Formats: sequence, C-alpha cells, structure tokens
Amino acid sequence: MRTVATIAAAIAVGLACAGPLAAQGGATITGRVRFTGPKPTNPTIDMSEEPQCKAKYQTPPRAETVVVNPNGTLANVFVYVKSGLPADAKYPTPTTPVVIDQDGCHYRPHVLGVMVGQQLEIRNSDPLLHNIKARGTANRGFNISQPRAGMKTTRTFSRPEVMVALECNVHGWMNAYVGVLPHPFFAVTGTDGAFTIKGLPPGTYTLEAWHEKYGTRTATVTVTGTETKTAEFTFAAQ
Amino acid sequence: MTSVAAVHTHDAPMSFWRKYVFSTDHKIIGIQFLFVSLFFLLVGGLLAMQIRWQLGFPGQPMPGGGILPETMASEGILLPEYYVQLVSMHGTFMVFFAIMPLLVGVYANFLIPLKLGAHDMAFPRINMASFWTAFLAGLIMLASLFVPEGAIRSGWTNYVPLAARPDYSGVTWGQILWCISIVVLGLSSVLGSLNYITTVINHRAPGMTWFRMPLSVWALFITAILGVLALPVLQGAAIMLLFDQTLGTHFFDPLEGGQALLWQHLFWFFGHPEVYILILPAMGMVSDMIANGSRKPIFGYHSMVFAIIAIGFLGWIVWGHHMFMSGMNPTLGSSFMISTLVIAVPSAIKTFNWMGTMWRGNLRFHVPMLNAVAFVAMFVIGGLSGVFMAATPVDMFIHDTYFIVAHIHYVLFGGSLFALFGAITFWYPKMFGRMMNQRWGKIHFWLTFVFYNLTFFPMHNLGMAGHMRRIYDPTQYEFLRPLQPLNEFISISAFALFAVQLIFAANFLLSLWKGEKAPQNPWEDNGLEWSLPSPAPHGNWERVPTVYRGPYEFSAPGTPGGRDYLPQYERLPTDREPAAALAPALGD
Amino acid sequence: MPWSLPPAASTFAGDVDFMFWLILVITGIAFVIVEAGLLWFVWKYRARPGRQAHYTHGSTKAEVVWTAVPAVTVVVLGIMSNGIWVKVKGRNSVPPDAMEVAVHAKQFEWNVTYPGPDGTLATGDDFTVRNQLHLVVNRPVKAHLSSEDVIHSFFIPDFRIKQDAVPGMQIVAWFQPTRTGEFELACAELCGHGHYSMGARVFVHTQEDYDAWLAERAAAQEVTP
Repeated sequence: MRTVATIAAAIAVGLACAGPLAAQGGATITGRVRFTGPKPTNPTIDMSEEPQCKAKYQTPPRAETVVVNPNGTLANVFVYVKSGLPADAKYPTPTTPVVIDQDGCHYRPHVLGVMVGQQLEIRNSDPLLHNIKARGTANRGFNISQPRAGMKTTRTFSRPEVMVALECNVHGWMNAYVGVLPHPFFAVTGTDGAFTIKGLPPGTYTLEAWHEKYGTRTATVTVTGTETKTAEFTFAAQ
Repeated sequence: MTSVAAVHTHDAPMSFWRKYVFSTDHKIIGIQFLFVSLFFLLVGGLLAMQIRWQLGFPGQPMPGGGILPETMASEGILLPEYYVQLVSMHGTFMVFFAIMPLLVGVYANFLIPLKLGAHDMAFPRINMASFWTAFLAGLIMLASLFVPEGAIRSGWTNYVPLAARPDYSGVTWGQILWCISIVVLGLSSVLGSLNYITTVINHRAPGMTWFRMPLSVWALFITAILGVLALPVLQGAAIMLLFDQTLGTHFFDPLEGGQALLWQHLFWFFGHPEVYILILPAMGMVSDMIANGSRKPIFGYHSMVFAIIAIGFLGWIVWGHHMFMSGMNPTLGSSFMISTLVIAVPSAIKTFNWMGTMWRGNLRFHVPMLNAVAFVAMFVIGGLSGVFMAATPVDMFIHDTYFIVAHIHYVLFGGSLFALFGAITFWYPKMFGRMMNQRWGKIHFWLTFVFYNLTFFPMHNLGMAGHMRRIYDPTQYEFLRPLQPLNEFISISAFALFAVQLIFAANFLLSLWKGEKAPQNPWEDNGLEWSLPSPAPHGNWERVPTVYRGPYEFSAPGTPGGRDYLPQYERLPTDREPAAALAPALGD
Repeated sequence: MPWSLPPAASTFAGDVDFMFWLILVITGIAFVIVEAGLLWFVWKYRARPGRQAHYTHGSTKAEVVWTAVPAVTVVVLGIMSNGIWVKVKGRNSVPPDAMEVAVHAKQFEWNVTYPGPDGTLATGDDFTVRNQLHLVVNRPVKAHLSSEDVIHSFFIPDFRIKQDAVPGMQIVAWFQPTRTGEFELACAELCGHGHYSMGARVFVHTQEDYDAWLAERAAAQEVTP
C-alpha cells in the first residue's frame, strides 16, 4: 500500500514536472453555498465512555452532518472543478501535506481535499486509540491505528476520487471525507459558506458542490483571462 | 533379497548439489528440514519477544524498534496492527514451520528408514519434493511479513469474516500469501505423509514385526495418517478463503450469505488432529529416550501403542471443544466435552507408563534423558490444564484467556520442544558423526527448564484473572491493571528464555565442527540405526539387518558381555531367523 | 488477590468457580502424584555403580488401575460440568422473567439497545447506548447478541459469562447479576487491531436507580430525534 502509493506519487510528480504548469494569476471562481428550509439539529454525541475526549468540550459535542452557518450558508461543502480542464493538463503536487487531526474524538477538519499523490498527514491529539479506516472505491483503502497522542502517519491517494470516507471504528460517530483530485481547483466551505477557486485557465467549467447528506449540485461557469466570476449553489433541507 | 535391495538403492551422488541440496537421501532431507525448521523456530521466537515487550512494557519504545518501518512501529512503539501480525505469525511459524516440520519433517524422515531397516523412503523423489515444497511454503510465509500492509492480522486460526474481508482486517496481500503458503505446505505434508505410511507398511526389515517397531516409529506412523487426512481439510478451507479474497466468492461472508462458523469447523477439524501431529511424535521419541535413559524396557509397550492409536482416533472427534463459546448448539458442546475428557485417558496411560518405565530403573541422566523427563513433567501440566478447558462451564470463563496460552505452551514448548531438544541431542551423532557437548547441553537444559516455567506458569494466573489473549495493551482494562507486574515478570523471563536458547544454537552449530567424534552407539541403545557407523552412510546398510526382538530390551537377564542393552539386530544363539514372509518387499 | 479468579457477581458464577476449584483439586492431586513420583524416581533410581535395572515389560494390574481411575474421574467431571452447562447455555435455560437487551457488536464498539419504558424490545421507544450496559441487580438478563462485521465475544469476567457474537447469527446469552456496582465488559475474540480497546462498562443498579436512569434516558431520547 505504502510502496504503491509512493511510486504513484513519484510518477505523479514526474508527470507534473513534464506538463504545463497552471497559469499563474488565471481566472477565479468564487461564491457561496446557501441553505434553505428549517435548520436540522445534529444529534449530540455521548462521549461519557471517553472522558479524555469529553473533557475537551464545554457543551455536549454534536455530530457535523449538517452544519448551517448563522448567515444561512452551509459549511463542509466540497466544491471542485468536475470537468472542463484540458484533458492532458498536469498540475504539480504540493509538497506540503494536508493535515487532519483527531482531537476530542472528532476529525478536524470534517471535509478536506488533497491532490493525487499529495501527502495527507493524520495526527492524533487524543491520548487514546483511534483507528483510521479509509473506504475508497477508486483508491485502495487503508486501515491504520494510532494508539497514542502525538502520533503522525502520512498516507497518499493514487487516484482521483470524490469522496474517500474516513472513519474511526473505535468511536463510531467519527467520520470525515477526503476529496482526491488530480488538480488544485477545489475548496471547502467554512463558517461563512464561501468558496474560492483561483488560477483557472480560460475555459468553460462544470463545478460540483458535494455535501455528505444532501448530495451534489452542479453549475457551469465560463471564465477568460484573470476575471472573477461567481457561482451559487443551494441545498434545501430534506 | 538383499541383492535385489542393493540394486534398488540409488547410487551415492557425487556433486555437491545432488548430495546436499537436491538430495533424495532421507537423512539429508531430514537434516535440511532440521536447519530450515530451526531457522523458523528462531523467527517465531523473535516475534514472541516483540509480543512480550509490548505486553510487559506497553507504550514504551522497544529497544531496536526504531528500525521498524512506520507501518509497524511509531518511534519504536509497536502499533496495534503490527502487534496482531506478531501474534498471528508467531503462531503460524511455530505450528506450521517450526514444531511440525521439526517433529515430522526431520524425524519421520530420519528415523523411519533407519529404525525399520530400510535403505531409504519408499519414494525418495517424492520425499525431496516434500522438502522443497515445504521450503517454498516457508519462504512465501516469510515474504508475507514484508508485503505492503504486512502479514495476516486475524490470529494463526484466521477466524472469518475478519480474515475473509480486507476492509475488516486491513490486510490483503498478507492474507493471500498465507492461504497460498498453507496450500503449498499441505501439499508437502501429504507427499511426506504418504511416503512415511508406505515406508512403514512395506519397507520393514526381516523380523521387524508391527509390535517390534519402536514407539517413535509407531507415533510417526499414526502422525502420518493424521497428516494425510487432516492437512487436505485445511488446504480446502484455505483455498475457499483464497477465493473469498481474490475471486469474489463469499464462503465466509455472512453479509453475502456465507457462514462464519463454517471456517471454524473446517479449521478445527484439521486443527485438533494437528495438535496431535504436534505431540505424538514427541511422545514416541520420548518413549525411546526414557527407555534408554532408564535402562529398562518400556512399561506396557502394547498399551503405549494402543494409546497412540486411541489418541489418533479420538483426535478426530473433539474439534468442537475449540468452539464451545462460538454459538454452536450447546448439546454439541456436551458431546464434545465428553469426547475431549475421554482423550485424557490415553494421555494418562502414557504418562503413568513413562513413570513405570523409570520405576526401579538405573537412570542415566544424559541430556536426552533430562529433556525427556522434563517432557513428561511439563506435558502433565499441559494435559491437566486441558481438563479445565474441556469442562464447558469452566471454559466459559477461561476460553480465549491466557489460561489457554499457558496450556498450549505447556504442550507445545514444555512438551514438543523439550522432546526435540532431547531428540536433536540423541540422534545428532547419527546425523553428523559428532556428539553435542554434554556439559553445555545440561546447562542449556536447566536454564531452559527454569526460565520456561517462570515464563509460562504465571500465565495460568493471568488467565484465572480473566486476561484475554491477543490484546495489545492490557492496561486498557481496569481489572487487568493489577496484573501488569506479572506481565512484566513474564516478559523478563521470556527474554531470558530466549537468550538461553543461544547456548543451544551455539552448541548445535559448533559441535558440527568441534564436537567429539561419535562412536557407533554412543547411548548404548538397541535401535537398528545404531548398527550403522556415525554418521550413517548413504543407502544406510549394504545388507539390511535382521530383527530378532523388540526395541527396548534393556537390562535383560542373560545378555552376553555383561551389557545392559541387547540391540534388535544382535543374533543370540537362541534366536530363530524370522520367517521369509516377514521380509519387506524391497526393490519391486 | 489479583492473580486468581475475580470476585463472583452473578448467580451461576459460584457454580463455575466450584467446578474450577474442584478440577484444580483433582488435577492438583494428579499433578502432585506425577511430579513427586518423577522426582522420587529420579532420586531413588539414579544410576550408581553396580545397580541393575529391574527387567519388566509392565504390569497389567497397574495399567488397568491407571486407566480406570482417570476414566471414571473424567466421566464424573463431565457429568457434573454438563449440569452447569445446561443450566447456563441450554436451549431452554433463560429465565422467563428476564429483562431483554440487544447487544450489537461492531469493530470496536458495543451498542446496547434497551427496551425503553415499555419493557419490550423492537418497539418505538427503544434506545441505544454505546459501550454501556445498565442492568438491575438480581434480575436475569437476556442478551440478544449480534454482530455487524466480524466475530466478537461478549465477556464479563465478574459474571463468568462469555459468548461469541457472530455475524449472521442471533445468539442469546443470559446471566443474573447479584451485586450492584460497576463491572467491565470485554471483547474476548480477536476482532481486528482495535480489539484490545473494545471494552464497555457494566452498571448494575438497584431497581430504583435503574428506573431513574431509564427515565432520564428516555427523556433525552425524545429531545434528540
């Protein structure tokens, strides 16, 4: 698994160097993900069996299935360019790893994106066992464990996939989603529900917004030069 | 007769490759098995040391653990996924690649023709194939430690669906290689066993009637029958597991209509006879060594033979006692309990007969005898602790605890391995023409005996306190935390036990060159093998010896020359030549 | 005494312990006979100059004795064990007034479903609590064991109860706690690399405490959908 991934990463890096780099200062697509309808309540998580995690919370922690921001937008939506990029384009793999932390028996962040071959650094900030099980379909899954605080493990994914689900089998409530893409044009909405995708070459793109409960929405945007265009997505309560 | 046999004997090969590598000589094949199995014994031991480090000192970096890759350890601290691999592969290597080939591969090969007066095995080339397939299986199993994700993580028993689905276990290649290795090993075992059975039936020297056979040969013969019937069951199960991994079948996946308990039934239908494969040859060889060391005939030779046969038979109808807690019908539990308790009877007979053999003897405490007596003393503990598990209500508590771990180590280490330390020393001169050092042999024996008991006896207490098997960090449970000092003590004893084995390794290896030259019959024994020079030459005898009596005629009144032993091949004036019909059908 | 059986806290724990100690005594006698005999023989019959071993091939009388005595002993032990076994695991052994819980094991958690205020499982007021088993003292418990993924084993050392939870099978285990307090539930069957951390707590309450806990839980259940 490691070796396969490492080889794949090495190939990816090699190809990336050979291919044209993404145009610096290209076009930008920005926008917000709106949420309509009654705001659902996430169930609370009973962490009484893990006092070390429970102690990290003032109020009972809740699941992060649907996180609606005060301004009526939706957080934890993965927005990415689904199609429209030149078929033969290759993009350099960032050398800095993307970090996911297990803190208070929660994955932080809950939704994140990495590039193919980019390192995903998994950290454990809890003084107890977490295991990290990745369920991929295009990617080979993995199932590793971190029995102690301060442990770090890095993994890479070798193929594009939206999304690879992460879960902890010791704490059934813990889950996270990793979007794996061959290009750097993706973003995750935060507390303001906004996303920004920069550096796009001119072209017509299909954007997809993915949410773990509400599925996907798409939008088509055409950009030229260094202009900034907006795209809006709306998810309705179900 | 003998001239025909001489024609049949293959010529002594000349080249190094034919003589020592692709040899068809049963003695060379036995020696090949010996070196390879001792290597795997070392591998299994190294895995055990890491297990003991983690249990004694959970969460502390293991000395030297820094060299392990990050998939196994994090800054020297073993990871849980590596720990379960250690547990699984320790069992796999010890059972399949150390103890079983040491007992059967080495001694069935070496002893059966020598003790029966045959020139070689019935099928020498199949015999060679048996070794090389076993070697290949060992390499495959060894390789599984180094593939991505490492080796199996479901215990040596590979309970499904954990073993059947990579998303549960986190291992793919390791599991596939385990299955392939076991299928190949099963092939080796069947090839070997058929050979042993045929040789025993057809290639006995004139006068070697069934009830003149040494108990070692009887035990190896019954073991071979168990092997040829049991291993194919495991092979079949392993092939099904392999198909679940690779072809998308669902034999063992309940979510897709498979059966979780099917594996357990198949595994233990093999697994319990396997337990007797791992102990019967040891019992046989210990009988030979105890009679020799006591200078007395075996007490109750016939009941010893029938006890071996009874164990061999009963071994097939007790497998359910591994599954009392599995959700199997409780009425089945009752019947398996009875058959399991009954199997204690032939074991008791053997134990008392060994004691009877020593009773009023003239005990010579050479290294083989010391180890053989230790075998009896330790096997008794392992046998008696088995009664606890056989009693279903008690098993409800001690099942899957360290009580079981103690039990299996008292049988397989205290039993089989002590017997092997004795057997290796006993037949070393006939293998290599030199003696192993007796003084270092005794030092090794006493230190092993002490540290062995310090290591494994307290495990009974761990089990009584409810300490589960195969757990990475016992301090997770409040009720196990008070046991941590005991775990630490066991670990330190285990390290000492391992270190002491270096004495044996050094003695074994150095004696190959430095050992005292062995006389023809250093132990003053009666077996046919001692009629040969040390080491025994290729083809064994120019002229097959004739057998005049049983193998244990020690201290018989009227033995000429004031000796206290009377070899099977020595013709006294009063002996009659055996009937021609008894002559083996050599060379046809 | 941490190196021995943990304190018993269920109705049949005493029977199991009795069987354990009985077998320990019987095997202990056999152990002493054999080991002392071996030591004695090793000393008494050690080779000395001029000693001659006694030439004999055995004694049928002695062999009959040491075949018959173990045989009778194990049969008696078997019959005694079977009585307890049938009482604990027999098909019709579950007491009729038992409180029912459903224990669903998964890597690496115990999810316990309680019948709710109506006292019946598989009705709308059921609720599930992770890694906590709440019971009433002196009330038999009928646990429906099931598994999500692999084989787990339900093991409460203080209650002397162990039963595998097997995927694809519905297995019932019963026991009756006899002391209030907190106990530990462990997984006894290797179920993956998190096996060692698959523990849960068992709370044995008085009826009043249990009712209070149940009411609190049921109330919490209604708030969070």
